[in-house]
Amino acid sequence: MENIAEEVLKGNRFALSKAITAIENEYDNATEIMQKLYPHTGHAYVLGVTGPPGAGKSTLTDKLAKEYRKRGKTVGIIAIDPTSPFSGGAILGDRIRMNELTLDPGVFIRSMGTRGSLGGLSHKTADAVKAMDAFGVDVIFVETVGVGQSEVDIVKAADTTMVVLIPGMGDDIQAIKAGILEIGDIFTINKADHDGADKLATELNMMLDLDGETKDWRPPILKAIANQNIGIKEVVDTFHKHHDHIEGNGQLTVRRTERAKNEMLDLLDARIGAYVRHNIVDNGKLDEYVQDIKARKTDPYTVVNSVLQDMLK
Amino acid sequence: MSNEKIQAELEKYEATVAKAIAKFPERPNLPEKRLYTPLDVKGPEAYVDELSFPGEYPFTRGVQPTMYRGRLWTMRMYAGFSTAKASNERYRYLIANGGTGLSCAFDLPTQIGYDSDDPISEGEVGKVGVAIDSLADMEVLFDQIDLGKVSTSMTINAPASVLLAMYIAVGEEQGVPASELKGTIQNDILKEYAARGTYIFPPKPSMRLITNIFQYCSQNVPKWNTISISGYHIREAGSTASQEIAFTISDGIAYVNAAIKAGMDVDAFAGRLSFFWNAHNNVLEEVAKFRASRRVWAKVMKERFHAQKAKSMMLRVHTQTAGSMLTAQQPNNNIIRVALQTAAAVMGGTQSLHTNSRDEALALPTQESVTIALRTQQIVAYESGLADVIDPLAGSYYVEAMTDRIEKEAWEYINKIDELGGAVEAIEKGYIQKEIQDSAYKWQMDVESGARTIVGVNKFTIEEEPPKGLLKVDASVGVEQCKKLADLKAGKPINKMTKGRDNAAVKAALDELEAACKDENENLMPHILKAVKTYATLGEICNVMRGVFGLYEAHVSL
Amino acid sequence: MDKRIKVLVAKPGLDGHDRGAKVVARALRDAGFEVVYTGLRQTPEQIAEAAMQEDVDVVAMSLLSGAHPHLFPKVVELVRGKGMKDALIIGGGVIPETDIPALKEAGVSEVFTPGTPTTKVVDYIKANVK
Repeated sequence: MENIAEEVLKGNRFALSKAITAIENEYDNATEIMQKLYPHTGHAYVLGVTGPPGAGKSTLTDKLAKEYRKRGKTVGIIAIDPTSPFSGGAILGDRIRMNELTLDPGVFIRSMGTRGSLGGLSHKTADAVKAMDAFGVDVIFVETVGVGQSEVDIVKAADTTMVVLIPGMGDDIQAIKAGILEIGDIFTINKADHDGADKLATELNMMLDLDGETKDWRPPILKAIANQNIGIKEVVDTFHKHHDHIEGNGQLTVRRTERAKNEMLDLLDARIGAYVRHNIVDNGKLDEYVQDIKARKTDPYTVVNSVLQDMLK
Repeated sequence: MSNEKIQAELEKYEATVAKAIAKFPERPNLPEKRLYTPLDVKGPEAYVDELSFPGEYPFTRGVQPTMYRGRLWTMRMYAGFSTAKASNERYRYLIANGGTGLSCAFDLPTQIGYDSDDPISEGEVGKVGVAIDSLADMEVLFDQIDLGKVSTSMTINAPASVLLAMYIAVGEEQGVPASELKGTIQNDILKEYAARGTYIFPPKPSMRLITNIFQYCSQNVPKWNTISISGYHIREAGSTASQEIAFTISDGIAYVNAAIKAGMDVDAFAGRLSFFWNAHNNVLEEVAKFRASRRVWAKVMKERFHAQKAKSMMLRVHTQTAGSMLTAQQPNNNIIRVALQTAAAVMGGTQSLHTNSRDEALALPTQESVTIALRTQQIVAYESGLADVIDPLAGSYYVEAMTDRIEKEAWEYINKIDELGGAVEAIEKGYIQKEIQDSAYKWQMDVESGARTIVGVNKFTIEEEPPKGLLKVDASVGVEQCKKLADLKAGKPINKMTKGRDNAAVKAALDELEAACKDENENLMPHILKAVKTYATLGEICNVMRGVFGLYEAHVSL
Repeated sequence: MDKRIKVLVAKPGLDGHDRGAKVVARALRDAGFEVVYTGLRQTPEQIAEAAMQEDVDVVAMSLLSGAHPHLFPKVVELVRGKGMKDALIIGGGVIPETDIPALKEAGVSEVFTPGTPTTKVVDYIKANVK
């Protein structure tokens, strides 16, 4: 397809799909596409959805998207699943819970694999979000498994982040609380009809209270039963409330500024990483350096200095 | 003392074998031991508790005292395709050839409660079974078949209540009261969620429909088997033998719990619960599976549910040979596979049996193939001697040890599912599906690596011509069915109807059904029966229920 | 470049037999592909739209109900209609040999019948994805 960016801006869905592919696969035209799309971004509201596997994030996202549609908003969804470290393949299984949205022209769903750590997933996700934003959707969900730092980072790119938990996770909550407590603007206990929902709410409340700092936004703890469509409106209302809150106190601007900064740094990191892979790793130079280092003919510090000098030429 | 002597001799034997095995390694996927001895089985002191006599708790050796010495199993051939008229002809052919029970296959739109004219039915009408849109089709399906004499099994689950109501209505028209009707509806929604895929509603209303049927039939259709709790499809989806019976018995536990919760006495309905097993390729393991399953269910019913009547503790079973074991390659080999599977089911003590046809990995079976499949049962019954004594493999060290092993593995799964909160929860968590898929994947990888041999597929292969003369369902079936449906809905008579349906009466009956659906304490069966008799269509009735109950959202984990 | 082959494994129609589809999905994952599985009861319209949104390289359909003569060509037509000229479209299931020429004529690149090893599907995809 020629002129992918122009087609995206015209509302061509397949062009949006192609743009995300270019970003994801690091095609040569990705940068050019993003350069053209960037001026048209900044309108969509970005919602992060994270939580442990099995919490029902996809089902919840499906229902929330439907609620937004009822309220006249268009929706983009980026659903991220882990890539197998053994094969490099992935089962992208979130879409299956969103089949009813497939034929809604006001919804666009894209699944992505984490593809290991080298690829710079967080900046790819950020760019996919921007492509959807430029395409013109009102609300973008980024859904990811909340384990592992890189995936937590992805969610940090959101304006509002919801952590989804379910009762009966036992000690898991202890294990993940450190990571999730700080990123959650909203906590939703899904499958709230199951035993232990109240206990989980109490535990969460205690942890949030212990968190110490006096914040002007105390993350609310909501209850939902996504597969019965219970508690969905309340979650969307709370998204709105949080949005109004951070818009009112200037936090939204602060967050987005912070995000722009982080994204630029990420992009720079990714580019440097890519440079290093192209010019050092893939062509076998790395092995030569390592041989020399091992033989004490040189040292890693000197090599790095020389690589950096080459790069900056 | 004698055990020690056996042990000593066994060790000598093992030492000899070890040398031979070092030179010629054994094939993979074999039983744990190469030789079973008296050391592997319990002694006579355990006989009465664990094996006992046929017709006696725990029914390991069979549910009836006489088994096939009294009466052979029911040779029940699953059939149905295309239109009601074409299927009716096949049924009458099977009865004329010695088939002793009917087994109806419905097409997918029927199984999922859609009319033939629904857009989602496109391409599927009449394909895997007969298309039934209304009572008018059911009247044709059983034309000239005396429902007072034949016993009919219907593979229908989510809309089982509707098809049963149609059957009752046809019976009434023939002058056969509901109390005389004999047969089975599959009515097993949990395995649809876990393995077969023809679900409609979420678990809660589905379980209500099932208990409504239990209640209604215990009062009105007492000879009817209200459910066929099915391991067949769980096995087809790739489970092991132990998983097949464990997951199915866990499903059974969930149904019994639901009925008890609805206020029924366990002995009022448990005697009408029936089961459905797969007869797979490994003959001896299958025999052990049948035996173990009876023992587990008997213990469940006695110890957990405190059933009093012996009938409530009996696992009565219909069996079908394994469709997934048929190969598209060298299809005539399937005749031999089916014969071995038949032998397994018979030595396992099944109450009824369907044998698959050789060409079913390729298409629906032709009449010739179906005849061979039926003859296979007759040869096993009358010529092989396998049906001559009851539970002929009892006492085999290997079969008894394997019966114990399968029972043990089954209990481990049942306990695990109990811990997860029961079968409904375990399915909603994706646990059962995941276990089945893992087994299916392992099987496939074993076949591909050669760790498991499938003759004609990964060994002993040949170049072959594509088979000829397969049965094809004419695409015009859908068109014909839709045209009739349009006439029916327009109030014109179709099939054998003498006058058209009264659309006002249809609407009134559907409105009444909708109100009943909303009242959880109402039994839906009388309302469904009333709607069916107005010639309301299956789709119309199921749409009313969909409106109130919603749709099931599948849990898929890969 | 960080290109991976992406496959949509789809179950068109009402057929609930997904053992084959799931085994293939896993095997493709283990071969290093990214696999989107649609789940049961997808209409050709849903399959084509999902294929487009995911920009997959391959649409792999599985069907055992006999509805393939109707549903497979329809999926091909709709996928092509989305502008996906290069996507490889393959099918599998209980499909009589005699039906295969017509399916190929309709644009299904290859049809895999029962007993096909998953490695054959993997190799076919690797050799034919553009």
